[in-house]
Amino acid sequence: MRPLNATITACPPSGIRRFFDIAAEMDDVISLGVGEPDFATPWRVREAGIYALEHGYTTYTSNAGLPRLRELICAELATRYGVGYDPADECLITTGVSEGLDLALRVLLDPGEEVIVPEPCYVAYEPCVRFAGGVPVAVPTRWEDGFAVDADVVRAAVTPRTKAILLGSPANPTGAVQPRAALEALVRLAEEHDLYLVSDEIYDRLTYTGTHTCLGALPGARERTVVLGGFSKAHAMTGWRVGWICAPAAVAELCVRVHQYTMLCAPHVSQLAAVEALEHADADVAAMVADYDRRRRVFVKGLREIGLDCPEPGGAFYAFPSIRSSGLDSATFAERLLHEEHVAVVPGDVFGPSGQGHVRCSYATALPKLEEALVRMDRFLRRL
Amino acid sequence: MRQILELLERDAQLSHDTIATMIGLPVAEVSAAIAGWEASGAIRRYKAVVDWDAVDHDPTRETVTAFIDVSVAPARGVGFDDVATRIARFDEVRSVYLVSGSQDLRCTVTGPTIRAVSDFVSQKLSTIDRVRSTATHFVLKTYKRDGDAFDRPAEDHRLPVTP
Repeated sequence: MRPLNATITACPPSGIRRFFDIAAEMDDVISLGVGEPDFATPWRVREAGIYALEHGYTTYTSNAGLPRLRELICAELATRYGVGYDPADECLITTGVSEGLDLALRVLLDPGEEVIVPEPCYVAYEPCVRFAGGVPVAVPTRWEDGFAVDADVVRAAVTPRTKAILLGSPANPTGAVQPRAALEALVRLAEEHDLYLVSDEIYDRLTYTGTHTCLGALPGARERTVVLGGFSKAHAMTGWRVGWICAPAAVAELCVRVHQYTMLCAPHVSQLAAVEALEHADADVAAMVADYDRRRRVFVKGLREIGLDCPEPGGAFYAFPSIRSSGLDSATFAERLLHEEHVAVVPGDVFGPSGQGHVRCSYATALPKLEEALVRMDRFLRRL
Repeated sequence: MRQILELLERDAQLSHDTIATMIGLPVAEVSAAIAGWEASGAIRRYKAVVDWDAVDHDPTRETVTAFIDVSVAPARGVGFDDVATRIARFDEVRSVYLVSGSQDLRCTVTGPTIRAVSDFVSQKLSTIDRVRSTATHFVLKTYKRDGDAFDRPAEDHRLPVTP
């Protein structure tokens, strides 16, 4: 047989996968490896989905998505972050941020163009750049700086081929929230070198310290920024696959063009559920966010008490403690912890080299389980 | 401070230490607040939410619950309060509300058998002065009580490790 696509063949499978296979075979495993909420979608949203199914909303929608949903998303961005997008031609509904990211990169990149990706970062960023024909250029961030992006480090990575910077804040896996000043410096850098900014803001509502800064809302950013968001995390809707892109019309229109041929539209039922989520589920979101915050405080304190240095995660639902005091590397730590104490965490280096010496722990898990996980981790560390 | 009560109302077993961490207050302050509420009666007591249907079936220990709607002739000066208080004092009576609608009081009554509850209604409740009529609704199955659903706990459908 002739060889398959070289880019995809060369792309390694996600480092998370191996742990999933081991953990799936254990029955008493406490998983801190889950990147999604432990809440089911709020009932009122599920009920709206059921209603939509019952009444036969089982068809395509327009390519860009339901106008009502786009209006609600743009109105929310305007009131929450003070940034204006026109629902008619600057917003489209995607099947989650995953598709949004893919569309944005395909639209922005010509073959061989580079995208600067501060790491540690979400596992899909670099592969998506490659699949879009681009070249990811990872730049490190340091946990000593709270994983804040240093514009000077980014500047040093800029070449004539650099086209965009791709960033997630609040971040998976670090839980880091980029300081406004760091984002402003990135925007200035983007202006200097005429770069696009792709901002993954799926965790925007899950911000516990300070307030979220929407990248598109910063002075000078709007015309060169693609904002990606969705319903998976804050509304606990991962399985519905519904997200959005807000971007200047020229970018958004091309995103719709790719989307109309590759996806057609996001699921109709999911879009109607998302309408309900934006219209009526604010109290549900607030309650879930408050719950994550409480667990975050208990869990981070617990990690520090068992001797793991843990930077304060300001957002998302991940803690990213340093495990250097254990003397083990991330993969060995995670593997032994899983085998010996049946606690699943994700080694930090699967998110980039700067994640080495850390593990990602999701606290989207019931409090008693988090407490039991801490007991087991403590036992593990004492034995080393 | 209100947050402390909301947390305890959901899970009374949370330690003061955990509550303090959750809301970012010193433990001493949390303990003092809780002691204050316990002393003033704002926190009445701590109890477990029991799904009796899930406990091993023992016919000698069956509990029957009924909602009793009571129509009462109000009296000058006290309205319904004296009758309501009098009803509430019976141990069999679990709750008493004054409600709008065609009847005046809605009570929850429990007893070991249907007969026992019926006897209570006919001999104790109905015979109180100014009680004009009662309507008894026996509970056949409890789906949700005070915010706690009694169907099977939802399973965690998530994969153990995801991106």
